[in-house]
Amino acid sequence: MRRICLTLVGIYLLFLHTFSQTTTSRAATRESPGGDTTYRSRKLRLEEVDLVSSYYWQNGDHSAIEGGIGSEKVTDLANGLELKLAGYDFKARKNNLTLGMGLDHHTAASQAWVSKTGASKTGGTRLYPSINWTRENEVKGTSFGFGAVYSSEYNYHSLGLDAEVSLKTHTNGEFTAKFSTYLDQVKLVRPSEFNTTETVTNTTGGTTTYTTASGQTVTLSSGSTYTSESSSAHIPSSPRNTYTASFSFTQVINTRLQGAVLLDLVAQNGYLGLPFHRVYFADGTDTIEKLPSTRYKLPIGLRLNYFLGDRVILRGYYRYYTDSWGIRSQTASLEVPVKITPFFSVSPFYRYYTQTAAHYFAPYEKHTVNDTYWTSNYAYAGFTSSFFGTGIRLSPPAGIFHSSLKTVEIRCGHYTQTTDLVSNVISMNLSFK
Amino acid sequence: MKYNTPRKFSVFGLLAITAFAACSPVKEYQKNRINDAEMSLSSRKVEKNESNFQSYREGSSGANGGKTGGGCGCN
Repeated sequence: MRRICLTLVGIYLLFLHTFSQTTTSRAATRESPGGDTTYRSRKLRLEEVDLVSSYYWQNGDHSAIEGGIGSEKVTDLANGLELKLAGYDFKARKNNLTLGMGLDHHTAASQAWVSKTGASKTGGTRLYPSINWTRENEVKGTSFGFGAVYSSEYNYHSLGLDAEVSLKTHTNGEFTAKFSTYLDQVKLVRPSEFNTTETVTNTTGGTTTYTTASGQTVTLSSGSTYTSESSSAHIPSSPRNTYTASFSFTQVINTRLQGAVLLDLVAQNGYLGLPFHRVYFADGTDTIEKLPSTRYKLPIGLRLNYFLGDRVILRGYYRYYTDSWGIRSQTASLEVPVKITPFFSVSPFYRYYTQTAAHYFAPYEKHTVNDTYWTSNYAYAGFTSSFFGTGIRLSPPAGIFHSSLKTVEIRCGHYTQTTDLVSNVISMNLSFK
Repeated sequence: MKYNTPRKFSVFGLLAITAFAACSPVKEYQKNRINDAEMSLSSRKVEKNESNFQSYREGSSGANGGKTGGGCGCN
């Protein structure tokens, strides 16, 4: 009898035990970011702050602004701040919001030697805020997102918009498609010798239309005056639009090797040159760079990363590029991070690049007026370049000096082109969590 | 320098297919090396300004997860 009672009690406890298990969905039992196994929605909260700074300086003697001759001295100090927020909604989907702000100050580069009046200028500032939002379903392995970026220089304004979707496969692969557009406005700041500074006054007694030196139409009523293009308010702009479809497929190949194939389809139209780039013809006269109003680009890249042994990683990259302006290029790079300790690594790298010249490029005083298009910008010349240097990465699990500063990366490199352009860059990334 | 574009793409495709055809199943617990920060397939943040200056100084851009043109006075 005692056995029967104990058996009944045992069966009763077994039932109790069975019913103590609650039936929940897979998403609801997924481990939450907080570490417990009960799902709770969580508002967006700050997860990571990245501060990236870099200093770049270069020298050369093929300035596009001076028609392929003259100094290419440039310095650029770039600073970027990025805030990454993440949270989960009531359907257990992860929402990421990334806010960025960049500020560059440079001498020369795209705007050297040209001020709003076309006279010389030695520096400028670029400001570029950005916002990006993605929603990720970690159970289905899908995500989508949208982003926007704005960039402002005194002579160049740009609005960028993008949309992105991605899908993870069951075999450790991920396919991503991204569509983006940049809607830019190029202010037609021309070299000073092409600008008039004269004052026009309408003395005809009626309304008269004038065409200014930069092609702007100005209507003047009787007795009114228009003063040149020295005022920035009167400098017209021209659009430049860029449309890109980017596709990538990443795949884990084995426990030590993973790779990615990247393909971009790019179409540009509008004003694709820069109005302050001079070109000198063979007869010694000068004019402004003239390039086609459309351009199609097709770059395709392959990345392969291999973990060799326990301390060495090989990061390889190759890209083939072709475009409708006649440029063909190949890029190959190899970076070899060596883990001195699990949390400290040194990464020497080398990048080789070669390109053919665009159909429309010719050096100083080599173009003729019979050419359809012309440029003496050496970015479109045929050349090879090398870029090498090293980086260090420090990322102790408890943070640096047990602070919220989790990762420090410093990277410096030296760049040389066969056009005699030489440059150096040093960058630093501080990551706080 | 002359480039044979179709042949280049063929070689490129063959290389990619060969690499990816060698895939073997990898479980989550076997990804300690794959998940290492240095194994990331995207460019690091510290490299951002390097690819920026290269897009100014060179005629080509893209296929690196970054910009493909536009957004600045570069090509």
